[in-house]
Amino acid sequence: MATTALDSEITQSDKYSILLPTYNERENLPIIIWLIIKYLDNSCYDYEVIIIDDGSPDGTLEVAKQLQKLYGSNKILLRPREKKLGLGTAYIHGMQHATGNFIIIMDSDLSHHPQFIPKFIELQKKHDYDLVSGTRYKDGGGVYGWDFKRKLISRGANFITQLLLRPNASDLTGSFRLYKKDILQKLIDSCVSKGYVFQMEMIIRARQLDYTIGEVPITFVDRVYGESKLGGSEILQFAKALLYLFATT
Amino acid sequence: MTKLLEWISVTSAVLAVWCSLVGGYVKHKFIDENMNFILVSPIIFVILFGLYAVTVVLYRTFTFNNCEEAAIQLKAEILEAKKDLHDKGLRW
Repeated sequence: MATTALDSEITQSDKYSILLPTYNERENLPIIIWLIIKYLDNSCYDYEVIIIDDGSPDGTLEVAKQLQKLYGSNKILLRPREKKLGLGTAYIHGMQHATGNFIIIMDSDLSHHPQFIPKFIELQKKHDYDLVSGTRYKDGGGVYGWDFKRKLISRGANFITQLLLRPNASDLTGSFRLYKKDILQKLIDSCVSKGYVFQMEMIIRARQLDYTIGEVPITFVDRVYGESKLGGSEILQFAKALLYLFATT
Repeated sequence: MTKLLEWISVTSAVLAVWCSLVGGYVKHKFIDENMNFILVSPIIFVILFGLYAVTVVLYRTFTFNNCEEAAIQLKAEILEAKKDLHDKGLRW
């Protein structure tokens, strides 16, 4: 009995800090916050949302302030920065203000649906994983809004990466993940790349450092508003990161 | 050991075996009879692996799950969210 009581005490003290880096997401931010509230208030987990706006000219921060007023400053935290400084530093910045022992990172463009957060948490609890990653490539996961070419590039890149790096995770470039806070800190410290390949490096470093990884299939609805980007420069960045990690990890 | 080193060591080990067979360092009737196959075997391996890779990638591309339902659900939720937030006085 004593152990059970202790276990539930530990469970109760778990807190999840959701980091939302934003840049010109005025349209999407209220929706994503509304969805987070909807799905997390239904579960009984303790959480906070930390909005890290990089000086969006479209007034994202002003909308964020309205949301904070509506939902309370214990739930919605604003940690804006002056200008666009990159994803890696946004996570470090957000983490410094996070009071949770778990960190969830996700995109604020609605491609990552908050309904999966409780699933991440359950899987993490069940196996005590160091990190849980959303995956578009496993049973039940998938994408919406990609044409044949985009899917082919994605599958091809994924195949080559699996072959060369054997990362123990099926979705390397996705950025919908849950981390133990100290693990995320160590991973960020050991990463060198910038931009979206940063996500790939994080999970490769996790393998290198022998952290345990769980996976939850997610549906990825690409850009309901606005343009999705996959150009030559992204592919080049990806290839460079792949070769760099191949030679160094 | 980095992945690059793993690849180099495995590849050189296999190539060393191949060279010793082709170079005639190992004598056996079976090897002599199949020398033509041994000579071209690396090329055959690369071609077969290429076919495997293309098949797998194409198969996964065609079977990549199109989450139509997820998109419909999200669009409905967006409308619901907009209405609810509007009712609560949020303007953006």
